[in-house]
Amino acid sequence: MPQLTKQPASSKTGQFMALVRRLGLENISLVLAITVLALAIGSQNSAFFRPSNIAAIGSYIVIMGLLAVVETVVIIMGGIDISVGSVAGLASVLTGMVYAAAWGNWWLSMLVPLLAGVACGLFNGIVVVFGRITPLIATLATLSGFKGLAQLVSNGRAQGYTGADPVYIFLARGKILFIPTLVWVLIIVAAAIHIMLRYTRLGRDIYAVGGNDTAARLSGVNINRRILFVFVLAGVVSAIAGILITARTGSGQPVSGSQGMEMLAVTGGALGGAALRGGKGSVISTIFAVILLGVLLNGMTLLGVNPFWQNVAQGALLIAAVVIQQLSSGERRVGLPK
Amino acid sequence: MSELAELVAQGITKSFPGVVALDSVDVSFKPGEVTALMGENGAGKSTLLKILNGDYVADSGTISLGGRRVTFSSPSDARRAGLRVIAQEPEIAPYVTVAENMYLGRFPAHAGFVSQKEMTAKAAKDLDRLGFAGLLHPAAIAISLSPAQRQLLEIVRALIDDPQVICFDEPTSSLSDHEIDVLFACIRRLRQDGRAIIYVSHRLREVFQVADSVTVLRDGKLVGNRRVDSLTEQDIIQMMVGRDLSDMHHRESHTPGEVRLRLTEVTTDDVHDVSFTVRAREIVALAGLVGAGRTELALAIAGDRPIRSGKLEVDGQVLRSRTPRDAIERGIGLAPEERKAMALVMIRTVKDNIALAVLRRIARFGFVSDAKERQLASQQIERLNIRTPSMRQRVENLSGGNQQKVVLGRWLASGSQILVLDEPTRGVDVGAKAEIYRIIDQLAAAGAAVLVISSELPEVLGLADRVLVMENGHITGQLDRAEATEEKILALAMAGQLHTAASQPETSQEP
Repeated sequence: MPQLTKQPASSKTGQFMALVRRLGLENISLVLAITVLALAIGSQNSAFFRPSNIAAIGSYIVIMGLLAVVETVVIIMGGIDISVGSVAGLASVLTGMVYAAAWGNWWLSMLVPLLAGVACGLFNGIVVVFGRITPLIATLATLSGFKGLAQLVSNGRAQGYTGADPVYIFLARGKILFIPTLVWVLIIVAAAIHIMLRYTRLGRDIYAVGGNDTAARLSGVNINRRILFVFVLAGVVSAIAGILITARTGSGQPVSGSQGMEMLAVTGGALGGAALRGGKGSVISTIFAVILLGVLLNGMTLLGVNPFWQNVAQGALLIAAVVIQQLSSGERRVGLPK
Repeated sequence: MSELAELVAQGITKSFPGVVALDSVDVSFKPGEVTALMGENGAGKSTLLKILNGDYVADSGTISLGGRRVTFSSPSDARRAGLRVIAQEPEIAPYVTVAENMYLGRFPAHAGFVSQKEMTAKAAKDLDRLGFAGLLHPAAIAISLSPAQRQLLEIVRALIDDPQVICFDEPTSSLSDHEIDVLFACIRRLRQDGRAIIYVSHRLREVFQVADSVTVLRDGKLVGNRRVDSLTEQDIIQMMVGRDLSDMHHRESHTPGEVRLRLTEVTTDDVHDVSFTVRAREIVALAGLVGAGRTELALAIAGDRPIRSGKLEVDGQVLRSRTPRDAIERGIGLAPEERKAMALVMIRTVKDNIALAVLRRIARFGFVSDAKERQLASQQIERLNIRTPSMRQRVENLSGGNQQKVVLGRWLASGSQILVLDEPTRGVDVGAKAEIYRIIDQLAAAGAAVLVISSELPEVLGLADRVLVMENGHITGQLDRAEATEEKILALAMAGQLHTAASQPETSQEP
């Protein structure tokens, strides 16, 4: 019980504890884990610390990071959206197809997938709110449904070629202030969502809905509208991720690059300490968690670990993250968890 | 299991980070006796019960049952040793019968097969033996039971395997008087059989009705154990709070102002033709038995349940709420009965909870003004004397009384002038109760129209300028402060159906 022992505010331990509280235990543990992991990998293969590799990790985590950040919002609201990967796939393939059909009109090729993201998110939200289906089941269904749509419109093949368009080249490989454009997209989206969650009424309502939806409703929060908004936001950000997939690969991909991303998104959120029962979570912690995931997966590749182990590692990490969370919640270990 | 066993706990100490919940407490519970365990919230009652029940392990101290040292590391250990704590919240399997719920975990089976018929017959016999035959029907499906019946089912379930020590934790919170009588008769029978009974309740009247002795805890320490017949209510309250609360229901009448809330023949799915008014500076109590429709009426006023016909007027203008927000905008604030489940976001801070209903007003372009929010929160913390280390404390760490004050603070912050308070002092300890009564009185004095729903008659009589009594969805009468007595209120509350507390035996479809 160190945090409650009374000490003069000026003492070093007191200051240290105040700092820990301000930064958050989750963030500190995640940064420590990233450091330890990076040192361990770097000591085995010095290529890890090369700027090119760091940039590669940065670009690698962008797609996953976008999805994890928006997944965090859904989780804070007490829901979950496992269709984010499929929406990204649908958006990616639409980007390629619209680009080809509109003779290289880059902004139209981004607008259409974004609108598709809105539609997908709205559909998820409507099914959840008005169909009274739990988010897990609803988005499990659309995980399959949206992926099917992406395969249908593309006949299962990569679509269009954006690799020669300067805008897409800049998105995929450009740099601003030595930082890849891709990473900037993640920074901007994450910052916007962070500000939304922390400083706006909307964000506060989302925490309240996740913490106790009845209390939120009786306090005048229009909870249906908030839930719809969050699912639409998830759809839009997934679509942004899809556009970036197209930019990186040079063509619209119905499944490759997006399939399985929901898994990393949920893992990122949970590892960042977002409570799966809602009401708690932070974008900053999620970003740290995503960096940790990126370093881990990159390190496994660098060290030549059989890629199939990466799946096992991801699964293990998700379980570990949630188990730590649940054990510290003090819930009795009896029966099915709530 | 027929031997008479005394439960003795000595030197029990238990601390949590930053708090000593129990400080070398010595208590004993004698066979053939009902011992009331009392204390304000936070006095250590629930910690003690959890230690006795094996939920917690004490830091130091010993427990012995019938002279033998025992250590329980889980509630099932305690149960095997013959000690049973009956939970406040019934845990019932909803879609199976009462009988199945009674024997859950120990179905009478032959080679793995359970005979429904045999089990129902056995249940009927057990219910009869315990005296609950008229109140619970073994073949009824649990989901169809009233909250009171669920509570009784929970009690019955604990009693069928003849525990030697039985602890009732606020058993009457959802029971009506008739059911309480049946429960007390059962408790007296258990006492006659030589069981040791621990009775935890905030209701002093019940303690005098059923207990032989009173054990009082305060701030984790034992204050004393006394025979009930040597005590008055004031004595017990004084032991609990260490101060005299003789002016608990200090209440001044204020000259009521204009009508703020008027209901005219309001009918919802649960209530019918309800008409009444509440004026500014007036406290109107809505009395009645549990299940009379009072909570449903409160939710309808707050815009959370549709009004099918009739009209609701606020300050002379008709209000048709489609959502709670419509009602809030017209100044209606509801403090619901189930504080934790319906009013508070437990894992968020005091500040966030106070500001929850006013965010739209203190936000510019969607951005919440942190300064205004902190100012609002600190105003309410000061005005209502909310005891919290800081406004950034999570609400889940506050006591029941302070949580209730946070809910009140939310509506004061949003400037509500019509307050609907559903059981405002449920689960609140005596000291905080007096404080909440004072706050309600002050709010009325400052011009609010207050509608208080309460099942505690002393509270109704102490607070209200006018008492409305509801029964079965109808208002059955209205009493002025001067003419209201407990007897008159009860007579109105049970006007139509004195004997229908028992369930109508249902022809159930077995699953």
